[in-house]
This record gives sequence, C-alpha cells and structure tokens, in this order.
Amino acid sequence: MANILEVKDLSLHYLTRFGQKINAVTDVSFTMKQGEILGIAGESGCGKSTLVNGLMGLFIPPLYPTSGDVSVEGESLMNRTPENVRENILSQKVSMIPQGAFNALNPTRKIKDIAADVIAAHSSAKSINRHEVYARLRERFDLFGMETERILNAYPIQLTAGERQRSVIGISTLLNPKVVIADEPTSALDVTTQKVVIKMIFDLLEKNIFSTMIFITHELPLLRHVSHNIAIMYAGEFVEYGTAIQVVHDPRHPYTKALMGAMLSADSEQKSRKPTTIEGAPPSLTKKIVGCRFAERCPSARSECKQKTQDMRMVGERLVRCDYAE
Amino acid sequence: MPNDIVFSAKNINKFFGQGKKTVCAVNDVSFDIADEEIVSIVGGSGCGKSVLAKIMLGLYKPDSGSFLYRNKEITNTRDHWNDVQSVFQDPFGCFNQFFSIRSQLKDAFGILKDKPSKQEIEQRVDDALLAVNVKPADIEGKYPFELSGGQMQRMLLARIFALKPKVLIADEPTSMVDACVRANILDYLMKLKVDLGMTIVFITHDIGLAYYVSDRIFIMHESKIVEAGKPEEVTQHPKSQHTVRLLEDIPDINREWIKK
Repeated sequence: MANILEVKDLSLHYLTRFGQKINAVTDVSFTMKQGEILGIAGESGCGKSTLVNGLMGLFIPPLYPTSGDVSVEGESLMNRTPENVRENILSQKVSMIPQGAFNALNPTRKIKDIAADVIAAHSSAKSINRHEVYARLRERFDLFGMETERILNAYPIQLTAGERQRSVIGISTLLNPKVVIADEPTSALDVTTQKVVIKMIFDLLEKNIFSTMIFITHELPLLRHVSHNIAIMYAGEFVEYGTAIQVVHDPRHPYTKALMGAMLSADSEQKSRKPTTIEGAPPSLTKKIVGCRFAERCPSARSECKQKTQDMRMVGERLVRCDYAE
Repeated sequence: MPNDIVFSAKNINKFFGQGKKTVCAVNDVSFDIADEEIVSIVGGSGCGKSVLAKIMLGLYKPDSGSFLYRNKEITNTRDHWNDVQSVFQDPFGCFNQFFSIRSQLKDAFGILKDKPSKQEIEQRVDDALLAVNVKPADIEGKYPFELSGGQMQRMLLARIFALKPKVLIADEPTSMVDACVRANILDYLMKLKVDLGMTIVFITHDIGLAYYVSDRIFIMHESKIVEAGKPEEVTQHPKSQHTVRLLEDIPDINREWIKK
C-alpha cells in the first residue's frame, strides 16, 4: 500500500530576533500508511508542537525549515507560502485538532457559523453557499451521534468541554483530510469524557473520514491504547520508534524507560514502586550538540556517550537512538 | 497535635444561580479531615471538587450546613490563610507578569500575621528555592514568562515551602506537567509534608496519583461524595458504580481499555 504521509530527515529551526538559531527539530523521518495512528510523546519543550507546524508545511517566521521533506500522497508540502498552505493544504490534506477547544472557537459565533467560516477559508471556491454547508454539517454531526440541532445552534460557552472538543474534531475533519494531527486533544478533559472523544476518533477513522492520524500527548498509557506506533521524542529527535506494545511494555531507550517508570497507576503494586525521576534539564538547542543528547541525565551513560553522536538503529523490531540498548 | 480534626464539614450545600437556573455544586456533603492526613478528592469535571476546595480556603461560604476549621467557623480569610495555603493548577495564572519571581515570593510573606524580619525572609526564600531544586541564582531577576511550565510549578511549591502553612489545598498541582516532572513535584510535596507535619488535600481527576499519595480518597460525583475510604479499598474493592466507572475509564497499560 502506498504511504499516505512521508517525512524524510525533517529538520526545523527558529531564528530569534537576535540572530540566534534554535534547532528545535532534528532529522525526523517516518512514514504512515492508510488507517495508521502514530503517537508522539515527549516532555514539554521537546519539539512536538514545532514538528506539528512542520508537518502542515506552515512556516510562519520565526520558524524555518532547515532541510528535509514532507509529502502527503506524493505531493510535497515544502516551499509554500502560508497563504498557499491555507488554501490548498490545511483542512483538505492535513488538518489539526488544537489543544484547547475553548480557545479555538470564536466565543461570539455559533458553531455552525464557525464551521462555515472554516470551509470558506480553506476551499478554492471562494463563494460558498451557507445552506449547503449547514446541510453537510448536519449530515456529519448526525454521523457522530451528537445532538446535531442543539450543538450547531449553540455558542461555544453553552456546550460542555466534551461537546466542544467533539465539535472541534467535527469541524477539523469536515473536508475529509488525509492526515489529522491532534495536539493533546484530551488533556483538558476528565477521564470519562476523554474516553468518549477517543471513541469518536476511532469511529471517524473506521468510517474513512480521514486516513491517518498523529496523536500527540505526554500520557503514555493513553497512547498505548490509542496508537499503533509510538515515537518518543527528546530534545528535538526521535529516540525510539516502534509499535505501541513494544514501546510501552518493553522500552529500550533509557529515556523511554524513565518515562515509563514515572507513570502512576491505581494498581496494588504502585505503593511499593517509587516513580523514577530524572534530574536536570534537556540540553540547550542553540548550539551544535556533540554526543548523545540524553547523556547528561542518563542513568546508564558511559564516558563515550558524550562524544559519540547516536544514530537510530534497529534493536529487535524497533528503532532506538542508543548504541548500548539491547 | 495529631488526630485533631482540621476540617469538619456537616451536611454542607452550595448553590449557584437563582430560581429555575439554580445549580447545586455541593450537595449534602459531610466529612472530617484529621491532622497530618493526606486526602484526595477525585472526580470528573464539573463534579464540584474545586468548589469544595474553595470552601476549604474560605473563598466560598456554604449556603447551609456547618463547615469548621479547627472547631471554628472561617470568618476572617486573612487569618485563615495564615494556616491554609493552596497550589493551583495553572502556575502562570498565579504570578504577576510584571514583577520578578523573587520579589513575588518575598511579597507572599505579607499574608503572615507575625511577619519575619527582612533578613529572615531572604533566608527562607533561599531555603525554599533550594528545597525545590532551583539555585537561587538561577531565578535572580527573572520574570514568570522566562521560565518553563515545570519550573513555574516548582515556584508555586517554593512559595509553600517558604510560608510553611499547616494545611495545603492542592488543586490539580500536576496536571500541566509531564510524568517525570510530576514524580519530582510529588517527591517535594512528600518531603514538605514530613518536614512540616502538614495536612494535604489533593484535588485531582487522576486516581493513580490519588492512590499513590493519599491516606484516604473521596470520590465525588455530581456534587456528592459517593465513596470514601482507604486507597486500597477504593481502588481494589470499589462499592459505588461511579468509582467503578472512573477506574474503568483510566487508560492503564495492562488492561483492555477501548476496542480498536
């Protein structure tokens, strides 16, 4: 099967107004096939959100591409102006579900009008019949099993957090995008609502409304259930990439091990097991980094680690960026 | 004075709105929290757990029922905050953008009745920063926007270390940070608890966290406390269907959670 999304050696950097270069994302490569959900996890500031912008081809200064390529169904997203991206890519090929649903919805407009605006902004045909859009919205929201009439005619403030988040997902997927990027779509919701939202996402994928999904969160247990593959990010690089079961149940990279060790759960063994903590902070990305980026904080670091740059290599059936992982 | 009752609530109710639109946020809730106890209040969004936290802080008064802090009603909130302090969810919302962090940490002492001398304040701020693994020199002259979310959350905790309250109300103190930082913050809190003999009330929707830290767990659902008990009892042998539901909805790596 052909790959829907191909990312090859993507590197991105920010240029601050003092001329400082921050290499936020370095050499990220992966491919995604029809029906696949990829989970990306990592601590705050590791470059997850920057990567999202790169995957949409949306380069608004101070963010610039350094090298590499992103293509959706063979069409490259690089070297486009933000206007071009908005007209031709967003919502149609790549769509994003933002983190806070409340901030993403205009509080002074009804849900149906927000949706119509989104369609008008992202379609090549500038004149769009509002009633046609409403009809389409109704059809789509009925499909989700939501209270269509009430929600479409409501202002964002009249909806519950779960309804808002589901509306946002509905609006983002209205134009049947190929790739949906969800940046922490459920972190503001409680566990019960979270489950409802995740179920809706699975439903959409099954009905083929979108083809692939990138799910970004720092909650690894959630990723274990949601995604097929998981990529762990640290300081702008992927450090481990494998199937959800491999990464969560049998982590190989020291950083993934530490992340898994820090999880808290409600099982009986939890009380006797102290969650691991990692001291220190990730390296500054303004300078060229020599050696392994995790070496400073790694519990099993050797003296060579600080000199030798680590590359992704196959360990078992997954990719790990550590020469000493078994 | 262990085993003294810190908070004692009897049939408290709290309503918002008027007439037909009245919403009941806390409905006939009764509980006692003892000295040096760690209690977690767990529930979904909108179940009234934050309102309960605000009642404990004296920010809301219950509409009916009695709520006592050490056998007295909360009349003067300034006096109350001498003893009871809180950590909120969003650290950026708790610091003024226009003042340096150190000056705000020092200003926090203004709440205390017997304000320590200037020298002592400096000393206590330094100690508090060291306690949360931040070198005082690192934040010298820094403003809130210059620090990361995890660092800011530690600053909130540093304020608690400096003020040394007797009771801490922590409203989702770790929801903004990732797992490793969360483990760090919990470590600091436990250290603080042992050092100061504090009573801690956690407000959270993360039952894993509640299970790990607390002596007792209250499960809240639709403005009522539906279950209360030791963490082992609540998580292993839940009695209420709401607790069962809450436990089932948590994504756990070892259990089937959702059908793909």
